[in-house]
Amino acid sequence: MSELRDVAIVGAGHSKFGNRFDLRIDELAWESVREALKDANLQAKDMDFFVVGCAGGWSAESLPAAICSEYCGTLPKGSMRVEAACATGSAALAVGYNFIASGHSELVLVLGVEKMFESPTPVQIELIGRAGNYFWEFENFGMTFPGYYAMHATGYMWKYGLKEEDLAEIAVKSHYYASMNPKAQFRQKITVDAAMQSRYVAWPLKLFDCCPLTDGSAALILASEDVAKKITDTPVWISGIGVSTGTINLSKRDMFSKLEYSGLESATEAAKQAYKRTGVDFDTAAKQFDVACVHDCFTIAELMAYEDLGLCKRGEAPKLVREKQTYNGGLIPVNIDGGLKAKGHPIGATGCSMFYSLTKQLRQEYGKYASPEAQATIRKGRALAHNIGGTGHYAYVTTLSLEKPHT
Amino acid sequence: MSDLSENAKRSITEKGLPICEETKTKLPLYISMRELPLRFQFGVAKVQKFFEGLKEGKIYMTQCKKCGQKFFPPQADCPKCLESSMDWIPLNGEGELLTCTVIFVKPSTYTHYKDYVVGIAKMNEGVRVLAWLKIDDPAKIKPNMKVRLTTTKREPEGFITYEFIPL
Repeated sequence: MSELRDVAIVGAGHSKFGNRFDLRIDELAWESVREALKDANLQAKDMDFFVVGCAGGWSAESLPAAICSEYCGTLPKGSMRVEAACATGSAALAVGYNFIASGHSELVLVLGVEKMFESPTPVQIELIGRAGNYFWEFENFGMTFPGYYAMHATGYMWKYGLKEEDLAEIAVKSHYYASMNPKAQFRQKITVDAAMQSRYVAWPLKLFDCCPLTDGSAALILASEDVAKKITDTPVWISGIGVSTGTINLSKRDMFSKLEYSGLESATEAAKQAYKRTGVDFDTAAKQFDVACVHDCFTIAELMAYEDLGLCKRGEAPKLVREKQTYNGGLIPVNIDGGLKAKGHPIGATGCSMFYSLTKQLRQEYGKYASPEAQATIRKGRALAHNIGGTGHYAYVTTLSLEKPHT
Repeated sequence: MSDLSENAKRSITEKGLPICEETKTKLPLYISMRELPLRFQFGVAKVQKFFEGLKEGKIYMTQCKKCGQKFFPPQADCPKCLESSMDWIPLNGEGELLTCTVIFVKPSTYTHYKDYVVGIAKMNEGVRVLAWLKIDDPAKIKPNMKVRLTTTKREPEGFITYEFIPL
């Protein structure tokens, strides 16, 4: 891979997450693009290419890349829409990375944007439930997105004796840190009791195990090495990208019949690819990153991520939770921006939102932005993003680094 | 959706524009006049035998004649052999429940059904199947319990599909 050029994040922006009934999709995009441009001290016309991550379906605009290009002022530069379900934001970053690494572009604007509340809530639930194999698993069996992850939760419980209280503890952590994040959707802390008393959505998952439906956007400006040096003293380098695809049919997941529970195999595969490129050992991964954002669309998803990423051994994730090892100051701080669970999960924007948080963390700006309590201690200069589309249908693991990958 | 169009109609009569106040935030929402009904259609000629089988009470998997790989859901093409020569084999119906969930919050097109249990079972033939598990009380579900896969009529629509029943 040495013939590829290094690529850095030199600007980052983030909209307020939540029910954004106040604006349309292009205006929502601008909210984060504007912040990213100001952060990099650049103008939209400086961009060579615009990658727009948007899963869509619930929103009316069929050409999100074109409408966002016009509104954000990047015309007549090239653009494309990228989609990988809930991993859309990471897929958009991977595309932008390759445009620069290959030598095609010097500056690329990467946006993740989702306007879910253009449709009523039941329609959104229906459409997310269709994000599996529509014909064989939705048409006659009415799977929902919580349902897919609930099946993984049941599989895990039957194998390892996970308790619903363990999952509630994860929700408590997410809300705790979201309370400090000025752009999070939910800013109130919750208790284990409150989480345990919430109603079942898809047994064994309850309402407080689930992320909300969210409108939001996040934007990043990527630059080649030469350009990055002129823009900033603290470029955040993209040091490794791993991508893998899982079976569309949930029934085809080996994890449900293996003697050894195997989590989301696509996530582990993506992690191993990304770690190899970063020079990180899978078995000691927890000690090689300062901070991580993992895809906690449901509490069980965060628990599975710990194991799929090698942060702990199989079956040990509940122990990590009980010992609060993923709070700031623990073995590895995870989702200390509130995660999807409490910060919100605007499908196509979520990956870019992770990169926004991690960029601020590595630059040591997160404490000022949110709360000093939520600023990770930066020792190794490395951060980890785990972004999953569907139920492991698309797995993207990306590492960021303060050290330039090819020195 | 009907609520939205009713609100929009009222707003047009009162103010000449389909702009309503959002219930919680009171923000102005422009309601689209263009409602799109969506109903998809699927070509099933290549797996027609599966649906013919359901009518006879059989649930077929396919198996590649060349490499022996088994497929459920049944598929007509083997991506490994680049062949499309399949044996159609009816499942004997016996399986072991590997995981399940109970769907309480349902998709909008499923709200007319009672809460349902969806499970994945490993069948004797080695393939895994996802279907509803017909059980009066989900508390009776046990890890790895034996189940039987059988054809059934889905009411109130009356079409034939398949489901698990506890053995």
